[in-house]
Amino acid sequence: MAVPRFWREIPSRYNLIGSRCGNCNKVMFPPRHICPHCRRIGKLEPYKLKPRGKVVSYAITHVAANGFEDQVPYVLAIVELEDGPRLTTQITDCDPAEVKIGDEVEIVFRRMGEEGEDGVLYYGYKGKLVKP
Amino acid sequence: MDVGIVGYGVYIPRYRIRVEEIAKVWGDDPERIKHGLLVEEKSVPGPDEDTATIAVEAARNAVKRAGINPQEIGAIYVGSESHPYAVKPTATIVAEAIDATPHLTAADYEFACKAGTAGIQTCMGAVEAGMIKYGMAIGADTAQGAPGDPLEYTAAAGGGAFIIGKNGGKTIATIEGTYSYTTDTPDFWRRDMRPYPKHGGRFTGKPAYFKHVLSAAHGLLRELELTPQDFAYAVFHQPNGKFPLQVAEELGFSNEQVMPGLLTPKVGNTYSGSSMIGLAAALDQAKPGDRILVVSYGSGAGSDAFSIVARDAIEAKRDAAKTVAEYINNKAYIDYSTYAKFKRMLVR
Repeated sequence: MAVPRFWREIPSRYNLIGSRCGNCNKVMFPPRHICPHCRRIGKLEPYKLKPRGKVVSYAITHVAANGFEDQVPYVLAIVELEDGPRLTTQITDCDPAEVKIGDEVEIVFRRMGEEGEDGVLYYGYKGKLVKP
Repeated sequence: MDVGIVGYGVYIPRYRIRVEEIAKVWGDDPERIKHGLLVEEKSVPGPDEDTATIAVEAARNAVKRAGINPQEIGAIYVGSESHPYAVKPTATIVAEAIDATPHLTAADYEFACKAGTAGIQTCMGAVEAGMIKYGMAIGADTAQGAPGDPLEYTAAAGGGAFIIGKNGGKTIATIEGTYSYTTDTPDFWRRDMRPYPKHGGRFTGKPAYFKHVLSAAHGLLRELELTPQDFAYAVFHQPNGKFPLQVAEELGFSNEQVMPGLLTPKVGNTYSGSSMIGLAAALDQAKPGDRILVVSYGSGAGSDAFSIVARDAIEAKRDAAKTVAEYINNKAYIDYSTYAKFKRMLVR
């Protein structure tokens, strides 16, 4: 990933900044420029989503994406946040057998990747089960 | 001095490795190690954790307890000897992740295991001078210990964050005073570009840890005209479980004063996080009016001593974030090969 692209996405990757439409009050993540419901009368403004949600569905990944080879098997889940939007995220710090649909998840700050040995480090959100 | 702690937070990774598991690999006697170092297990960072992620989680917990607008934080200092970048501040990552940017100053500190308490002193000065409203000091590490080195039994991961501000209704504890003692003592070091530190073995004891911790503690007690009996808790830097108990005895503190803040047996030595998490553990239990002595130690070498008195607001704010005990009890054990993979000693 190019450094400027990552840098542009820091607000949503670090702090779950999405958008909310001042017209229909719907919350969106990642942030949008135009409300898909209200179109030209929509009034989008930045909105910080609460870092809590529930597992809607998940898959156990055995063939990893680049940079995640040493974490297999790992869980990739669709998490519905309390504010409504769903996001796809890894569930970290767990045995894949621990994860169940409906589990409560908190969003935590983790290292997402790195550009080789001398490149930039990427940080962002992952899910973590609330139960111990 | 009219400054205090407005909020505090810690973070300790979930993974643990037992002394037995490490001793098995190197042919050591685990009972001898456990008895000698007073360590049972240590925390291990996950493959997606580093000093920046640990610092961010601790900082977020501190903001929750403080109940302040992070935009009012005017300075962030992150002390560590394992910053993810050699050049590119961890403090900027933390500032962004707690929504404190852009109107603040920030920098990374390094002073072996005491860079976090050096940050507290910097924040105290800036708050007292009226330069900033709130300052945040963090001590966090993913500690390095070479495979097979005695350090491997203790080098752990974790961090603590403290928000410093003027005394007032929001203050959970007043800082009565601080005293530092610093000399050039090469007891432990890591050269540039080297992955693991080197140390002077027994030389890290008497002329290093004990001399500096004792001198800073004596200096502070003398300056504030206090005695060990005036304190409910005493927290000393904890490279192992034994040193802090020995130094406490020499100063005249009892085990009851030290044990609540002594975490090495269950967590290991979190380097820059060590005395910070110890102080947090004492604050997790302190009642209003309780006085806490904290003495950090950083190899190289120096100690910062603080006298801290808990205030009424501590009771209401304590449960706003996870306590040290909650982090210690939420754990998953790993074996040495998984540990080696997490620490990138094994690379395919």
